[in-house]
Amino acid sequence: MKSKKNPFLELIQNNSVPIMFIIICAVCIPISGFSPGYLLNEIITRMGRNTFLILSLLIPIMAGMGLNFGMTLGAMAGQIALILVADWQIWGIPGIILAMIISIPISLLLGLFCGKMLNMAKGREMITSYIISYFINGLYQLVVLYMMGPIIPIIHTSIKLPRGYGIRNTVSLLNMRQHLDNLLAIRIGGAKIPVLTFLVIAMLCLFIILFRKTKLGQDMRAVGQDMDVARNAGIKVERTRIVSIIMSTVFAGLGMIIYLQNMGNIATYSSHSQIGMFCIAALLVGGASVERASIGNVFLGVTLFHLMFIVAPSTGAKITGDSMIGEYFRVFVSYGIITVALVMYEAKKRMAKSKAGKMLEDAQGKGEGN
Amino acid sequence: MSNEIPLLEIRGVKKDFFGNRVLNDINFTLKKGGILGLVGENGAGKSTLMKILFGMNVIRETGGYEGDILINGEEVNFLTPFDALEAGIGMVHQEFSLIPGFTATENILLNREPLKKNVLSEIFGDRLDKLDTSEMNRQSERAIGKMSVHIDAKMVISSMPVGHKQFTEIARELSKEQLKLLILDEPTAVLTEKEAAALLDSIRSMAAQGIAVIFITHRLHEILGVCDRVVVMRDGAVVRDALAKDADVQKITRWMVGRSVQSSREDVKIGPNKKTIMSIRKLWVDMPGEAVRNVDIDVVEGEILGIGGLAGQGKLGIPNGVMGLYHAGGTVEFDRQPIPLDSPRKCLDCSLAFVSEDRRGVGLLLDETLEWNIAFPAMQIQNKFLKKYFGGLISWRDEKAIREITKRYINELQIKCTSTKQKAKELSGGNQQKVCLAKAFALQPKFLFVSEPTRGIDVGAKSLVLSALRKFNRENGVTIMMISSELEELRMICDRIAIVSGGKIAGILPATESSESFGLLMVSQVI
Repeated sequence: MKSKKNPFLELIQNNSVPIMFIIICAVCIPISGFSPGYLLNEIITRMGRNTFLILSLLIPIMAGMGLNFGMTLGAMAGQIALILVADWQIWGIPGIILAMIISIPISLLLGLFCGKMLNMAKGREMITSYIISYFINGLYQLVVLYMMGPIIPIIHTSIKLPRGYGIRNTVSLLNMRQHLDNLLAIRIGGAKIPVLTFLVIAMLCLFIILFRKTKLGQDMRAVGQDMDVARNAGIKVERTRIVSIIMSTVFAGLGMIIYLQNMGNIATYSSHSQIGMFCIAALLVGGASVERASIGNVFLGVTLFHLMFIVAPSTGAKITGDSMIGEYFRVFVSYGIITVALVMYEAKKRMAKSKAGKMLEDAQGKGEGN
Repeated sequence: MSNEIPLLEIRGVKKDFFGNRVLNDINFTLKKGGILGLVGENGAGKSTLMKILFGMNVIRETGGYEGDILINGEEVNFLTPFDALEAGIGMVHQEFSLIPGFTATENILLNREPLKKNVLSEIFGDRLDKLDTSEMNRQSERAIGKMSVHIDAKMVISSMPVGHKQFTEIARELSKEQLKLLILDEPTAVLTEKEAAALLDSIRSMAAQGIAVIFITHRLHEILGVCDRVVVMRDGAVVRDALAKDADVQKITRWMVGRSVQSSREDVKIGPNKKTIMSIRKLWVDMPGEAVRNVDIDVVEGEILGIGGLAGQGKLGIPNGVMGLYHAGGTVEFDRQPIPLDSPRKCLDCSLAFVSEDRRGVGLLLDETLEWNIAFPAMQIQNKFLKKYFGGLISWRDEKAIREITKRYINELQIKCTSTKQKAKELSGGNQQKVCLAKAFALQPKFLFVSEPTRGIDVGAKSLVLSALRKFNRENGVTIMMISSELEELRMICDRIAIVSGGKIAGILPATESSESFGLLMVSQVI
C-alpha cells in the first residue's frame, strides 16, 4: 500500500507502448519532410476510415474475450454486401446504407458461429478466433470465387472474372467513393473534415458508453472478470459471450463498409485478410491491453499508428534510399506490437503473483521486528 | 416456545459418496432468529451438510441424499442453489465469490440490479435496460446498514482489505429481501480481531431482526460468544447438541477430537542423540489458501514427522514450498547442504522426493502406463533404467528393468491392475495413490515428503498405504515428513507430530500425547 514509487515513473511504465510510438513519430516527422497541413489532412482521412472498425474490438474485451481476431468475419460480411450492391449498381449513400443492411444478417450468422466456437475454447479465445478467421476465409473464397455467378447471380462483367463466374481481383467502388465522407464535409485550412463519418463514429462511441451502463453491459463486465462468480449469480455466461462476439462482428461489418467506401475499391481477396491485424495493432499502440481498452485508446492508437505509417516510408527512403523499407516497417511493427502486448499480458500476471510472495515475506519481516 | 414450528429442521439426513458414508443420521432444528454454531474437524461432514442444505449440484450428481429438510414445517428439496436462495437461504462461502473490478454496490446487487427502461431496450429487449444507479446505491446502503460495520459502497473490491470483502459478501446476502437463514462458513478466518468482533456484533443484530444464522468456525471462543447452541459433528454424525452456556472451549475440543484412543504405542522412537537431517528456517510459502509464515522446524534423521492442522492453515504449504512447487523463501538445509527454493529439480537431485496431495494433477501421468509412471522420475532424474550405447552417446530405455520394478511394486503394494501396461487413469483412487508411492520409492530418496496420502481413498487402501510408508521408513531408514488432516492417522504412524495453525508451527508433540492436547494446538492461532 505504502509504495514510495514515483507517480511519474509509474505513468511511463503503464503507458510504455504509446510513449514509444510518440518518440518514433517525433523522430520520423522532421526527417520525412512532410508539412504539418499534409499530415493533419492524412490523419483525419485515415481516422474517419479506420476508427469504426477499431471500436468494434472494444465489446469483446469488455466481456473478457481478449482481442477479437474474429472481426475479420465481419469484414468479409461487409465485402460480400458491397460486392452485391456494386453489381446491382446502387451507388452513393443509398448504396452504402443498403450494403450495411445486407451485411448485418451475414455478420449475425458468422458472429453466432464464432461465439459458439469460442465458448468451447474458453481461455484460448484469441488463438481460436484467429484460426476461425482463416477457416471462414476459405468459405468466403468459395462463395466469391465459385458461387458468385452460377448460384448468386452476378450481372456486370466489370465485376465478374472473364471466365464467366467468380469475382475479379478488384471491385471498383468509384461511384460511392467517399460519398459518406463528402456529404456534410467541411474544409478548415487545407484539411477536409468528413463530418458525417465522424458523426457515425460518435454515435457508436456514445452507444458503447451507454451500453456499459445497461444490464447487458454490466453482465458482460461481470463475465469478463470472473465467469464462475457471474454464473453463480445467475448470469447466462455463454449467451452473454456469444452476444458480445455477435455485436463485435456486426460492427466490424459496418466498419468495413465505411473503410472501403473511403478507399474506393475492394481488393476482393486481400482487403479483409490483414485488417484485423492492423486494427488490433492500432488499438494496442493506443495503450490498450488484452483485458482493458477504452475509447481514448482507440483514438490515440489510430492517430499514432497511422502517423507512423505516413512518415515511415519516406523516412525510410530518406535514410536508406529504399521506399520499400516503409512497407516492411509497417508489417514488422504490427506483428511486433501484438507480440509484445501478448507477452506483457502474461508477464504482468506473473509479476502480480510474485508481488503476493513479496508481501508475505515483508509481513514476516515485520512480525520479527516487533 | 417449544411448540413453535422451527424455521429449519433437519431430520435423519444421510449421505454416501460412492459407498463412503459421510453423513449418518443428522438431526437438529433451528428456530427463527436463533444462532447455531457448527463445529467439527475437517472431514466431519460439515461442508457436505451445508451443500445439501444449499442444493449444490454435486449432491444431486452423486446420487442425492436420504432424510428430510423442513423449512417452516414444510419439506423442501432444492435442486439448485437458486431454489435455496428462493426459499430464503443465503450462504457465504469460504472462498470469496466477488467480481474484483466491481464496486461493493455492484457486487451486492450482482444480477439483481434495479433497471430502468430506455429507447434501446424498447427496440432490442430487456437486457438493454439501463441500470438504475441511484436505486442501486439506496439498496446497497440499506443492506450495509443491517450490519454493524461500515464499508465503502463505492470502493472497488480489488482495493479492499480482506475483511471488507467478507462484509460485502454478507451484505449481498442481506440485500435479499426473502432472506430467512444465513449460513456463514468460516467467515472470521480472514478477519482481524477487531473485524471479527464487528462481525459477531453483526450476527447478533441480524438475529435480533429475525434472521436465523448457522455459524461454522474453528474459533471456538467465537461460538461461545455469539451462539445460543453448539452442534458438534464428528465422523459424519452429530455427537453433541448443547446449549452454548453449558459448554466451554475444553469441552468442545474434547467432543470434536475425542474418540476412543487405541492402545498406546511402544514403537515411537525419538532418539535424543540422533542428528538433524533437515532444518527449515523462516520459511514462507505463497500457496493460495495454504500460506505459510515464518516456519522453523528440524527433522531428525530416520523419523516420521507428522504435520497436522486444520484445512487452510498452511500444512500443505510446507512440502509444496520446500519442493519448489509454489513460490517460497527462507532457508532450508538438508544434510548440512543448503537447498535452493523454487527449483524442484535441485530438490530431486538432493535425494528428496515428494508425493503430492494433487494426485491427478502433479502426481501421475494419467494417460501413460503404470510402467512409465513408476519409472519415469527415476529415469529422468537419476538416469536409471537406461542402457547406454556408443559410450553413452545414445541411451535407450531398458524396458525389461522397467517391467521388473513395476511388477515388484505392484506386488509389494498390492496395486490392483490388469497389467503393467494399464493406463494410470483407469485405476481407482486408492490404487493411484499406491502408484504415486511406488514412483517415489523407485527414486530411492533419503527424505520423502508425503502429502495427504489417504485423502479420498477407502479404508483398506488406507491401511496398506500407511503400512507401506512405515515399512519404507523403518527398513530403509528413510526420513519421512507426512502431512495429513487426519490426526488419528498421524498418531498411528508418526514419531512426532507438529501442528500448524495460522501458517505457523503451533507446537511439536510426541505422537503419544492425547488427542486433546493436539486439538488445542490446532485452534490456538487460527487466522
